[in-house]
Amino acid sequence: MRLKLKRFNIILSSSLLVCASFGLGAQPYDAGATDKEIKIGNTNPYSGPFSAYGSFGKAQAGYFKMINDEGGINGRKINFITVDDGFAPPKTLEQARKLVEQEKVLFFFASLGTAPNSAIHKYMNQKKVPQLFVQTGASKWGDPKNFPWTMGWQPNYISEGKVFAQAILDNQPNAKIALLYQNDDSGKDLLAGIEAGLGAKKDMLVARETYETTDPTVDSQIVKLKASGADVFIHGSGPKFAAQGMKKIAELGWKPTQYVWQVSSSIGGVLAPAGIENTLGLITSAFFKDPSDPQWKDDKAMLEYQEWFKKYMPGSDPTDGFYIQGYINAQTMAHVIKQAGNNLTRENIMKQAANINDLKLSLLLPGVNVQTSPTDFYPIERMQLARFDGKAWVLFGKTYGD
Amino acid sequence: MSATSKKIIFILSAIALLLLPFLLEDFRVFQVNLVLIYAIAILGLNILTGYGGQISLGHGAFYAVGAYTSAILISQLGMSSYLTIPIAGVVCLVMGVLMGFPALRLAGHYLALATFALAIATPQLLKYKAIEHWTGGVQGIVLEKPTPPFKLVLFGNDLSEDRWLYFVILAIALSLFWMAHNLLSGRVGRAIMAIRDQPTAAAALGVNLTIVKTATFGLSAAYTGVAGALSALAVAYIAPDSFPAFLSISLLVGVVVGGLGSISGAIFGALFIQFVPNVADEISKSAPWAVYGAMLLALAYAAPNGVMGILKTIRKRKQV
Amino acid sequence: MDSFLLQVTAGLANGGIYAAVGLALVMIHQATHHINFAQGEMATFSTFIAWAMIQAGVPYWVAFVATMVVSFVAGLLIQRIFLKPVEKAPILTNVIVFVGLLVIFNAFAGWIFEHTIKSFPSPFPVEGMFLPQYFSGHQIGSITVTLVVLLSVFCFFRFTPLGLAMRAAAFNPESARLVGIRVSWMLALGWGMAALIGAVAGMMIAPVVFLDPNMMAGILLYGFAAALLGGIDNPWGAVVGGVILGVLENILGAYVIGSDLKLTMALILIVTILIFRPYGLFGKPIFSRV
Repeated sequence: MRLKLKRFNIILSSSLLVCASFGLGAQPYDAGATDKEIKIGNTNPYSGPFSAYGSFGKAQAGYFKMINDEGGINGRKINFITVDDGFAPPKTLEQARKLVEQEKVLFFFASLGTAPNSAIHKYMNQKKVPQLFVQTGASKWGDPKNFPWTMGWQPNYISEGKVFAQAILDNQPNAKIALLYQNDDSGKDLLAGIEAGLGAKKDMLVARETYETTDPTVDSQIVKLKASGADVFIHGSGPKFAAQGMKKIAELGWKPTQYVWQVSSSIGGVLAPAGIENTLGLITSAFFKDPSDPQWKDDKAMLEYQEWFKKYMPGSDPTDGFYIQGYINAQTMAHVIKQAGNNLTRENIMKQAANINDLKLSLLLPGVNVQTSPTDFYPIERMQLARFDGKAWVLFGKTYGD
Repeated sequence: MSATSKKIIFILSAIALLLLPFLLEDFRVFQVNLVLIYAIAILGLNILTGYGGQISLGHGAFYAVGAYTSAILISQLGMSSYLTIPIAGVVCLVMGVLMGFPALRLAGHYLALATFALAIATPQLLKYKAIEHWTGGVQGIVLEKPTPPFKLVLFGNDLSEDRWLYFVILAIALSLFWMAHNLLSGRVGRAIMAIRDQPTAAAALGVNLTIVKTATFGLSAAYTGVAGALSALAVAYIAPDSFPAFLSISLLVGVVVGGLGSISGAIFGALFIQFVPNVADEISKSAPWAVYGAMLLALAYAAPNGVMGILKTIRKRKQV
Repeated sequence: MDSFLLQVTAGLANGGIYAAVGLALVMIHQATHHINFAQGEMATFSTFIAWAMIQAGVPYWVAFVATMVVSFVAGLLIQRIFLKPVEKAPILTNVIVFVGLLVIFNAFAGWIFEHTIKSFPSPFPVEGMFLPQYFSGHQIGSITVTLVVLLSVFCFFRFTPLGLAMRAAAFNPESARLVGIRVSWMLALGWGMAALIGAVAGMMIAPVVFLDPNMMAGILLYGFAAALLGGIDNPWGAVVGGVILGVLENILGAYVIGSDLKLTMALILIVTILIFRPYGLFGKPIFSRV
């Protein structure tokens, strides 16, 4: 009996092999994948008021260039096609459609911004094109049931808000909190996270103010927040405005415990312009290593990163934290592509992305990993608090998140 | 040109317009739709600025109001997409007339400032908490594209949502252009232009400045509002970020590129603002907007009266 | 009470910023009867040039003066090269040229200097020399500089023959030519001086708001509003307009409407004021013959 089964198996599999080699295609490919190349689509705001975020795309292009110079992935070069959408959703849609329908990319990677990605959210899922590792911290990207082709990447701002709330409850349970936040999705997510984290003690948040990117300064908002009598201040503002805020708080002689969200935590990009003496004791949540932080000066992964930076990003500002984030995201992507091997269908790419098992990337903080599953579309959820001691972000406390 | 050859050209163009979407891929049809939409918006602005002589740097606001009117009616009240378009036009007409009153007192730079202030204020207003329930706030509103009512396959391409929308937009655009042509070449148009060129004389001759000026504002706003509503359908998503201050500037660029005081110029203006940024992006990855700026300058020098100005000069030379 | 005064003084300080930009716009309007929309981006670019010099080790005041000179020459050249061809063209064609220049300067600033914010040094002491609990040293210093620029502009146009020639050239080019004024060069000079003022404004503003390619994007509108509120031909008006705008905006934001709509409210108020005084608070109406 067993022998017969075995023979049957052999006949079955060999006939299948014969069939396969008869032109059902040697490798399973979708549009954008060939033996030699994988085409990836991406949109970034390289112009307009949000052009500061274009650094993500530039870093990713530089990373894939290095990969190609080293031979590519599984013998294939990465053709990273990135286009400008100026952060305008109609333009994002137009560019995305061009990349999918005309350039015929295999998938979309790290497109930047909540509103731009919202514009193409439905389209990508309708067309069954993976919209991977969306470069924003909004929480809506981890919804595999309704949008199985979309996935975020970084710890989302709601989680970050919760972590801040937790830290304040632990260390200053009677604090009065003031918040300056960006008047958009990201800022509102942070606020929602803080409120959720405070739970029943929601009214610890005594004052909140927003600002527009067209505001020259946030001085008026800071003055108003000071008048609330708060003794904890959370900066949920973009790099320029966080720096302004920190400076103004010092000028007013106000000394609250200050938190700043990860977006504006670069030592070189935010704290230095604000004045190092004004930012002592600042607390942030971190999930990757800050390149302007001297504690990583001799770290092997950081040294490799600096070398890459010198070669592939000449003339660029090494203190810009957006570059290294884009780089790590690209590393995540490269891992997924490698895992996909020679099965380069969109379905398989999505499958690999949804099955990342405890991936440790050396530029992430030691306790942080990348982990996904078919029901968990939040690749990075862990973060750790860090306090600025005038030179570096000193990590303390536990690692939050799962 | 003889009457018969004109007729033949007319019929051939009509056929070409009808067949066009089936000869192009879906996403190209989407781009053509955007061009037609911008053309309507630019025509609206041209009525006010080109014919009426009143500068507006804030027409993006009317575009946004039209888009949001349509989107809110569809998503909150379940209204039919097609019905929302004329409603958006009417809403913007009223808004434009109301804006026209303060505009009576302001001229030149002052009007430019006031309208530019409107353009900058629009995204702020759209994000305002109090009306978030209606506007969706920063999240925006997601829409469904209208479904084609029947099936049709030509040249191997089926009547997709984009292609169906093309016909809807084309029909609306053609009627609006025809309406504008009739209006502006008649008494109303002459009154509008008289106010632009010699307001004091016009008033002395019995033209009611208040009525004509505010009506011009209203009409201009209505056109741009309709364009906005159509854009909500074409893109199927709107958010405050879809209407930055630069949109208003782009519309003005479109008016000047096409040619002030020209109806058909609007198409050239629309082609410019839709495709030149893409072309610039191809030319230079590092500073595409520098290329865009250079092309703007080149156009200003080579064609100070817009594309239509050039065409007119060519036609004049041919006649001589 | 303390908070109220802080809001007012913060508004005064901001108002100084708006006034500085407004002065550049007034200068260019006096000389050419145009509003240069590229003024903000030109000022930003000048500030980047100053920054680059300071990074290279040039002492502050040397870099300051050098930037003023470079900006003056650049402004002059821009008028000669880019604006002369459209001198006779309709106003809107000129507007297109301004938009083109705006976009080009912004793109080059981003390309050459990147988008991370840069801190720009202030030559003034940190502590305010006057009311230190409300004003920082830089705020006092930059308000002083703005007033100096204001006085210079005012005296130039009022009391010097060159200033008179410039105003004549803008008002009535034909008649001006008949009395021997070289109109074209007046326009170029106007542009040069406006660029110079813009550079000074940029260097005063950058220490407060930090330097990046989009630094002036929001401020230009404020400067425009300040200049118009005061009367586009009146340098005093630009300063008063700027102060009113700065203080009004902060008071509205803090006590009336909330920060998210304060710009809108401020602009509505300005438009309302303009309706009742269509030539600005200090402007003079222009009569035209039919």
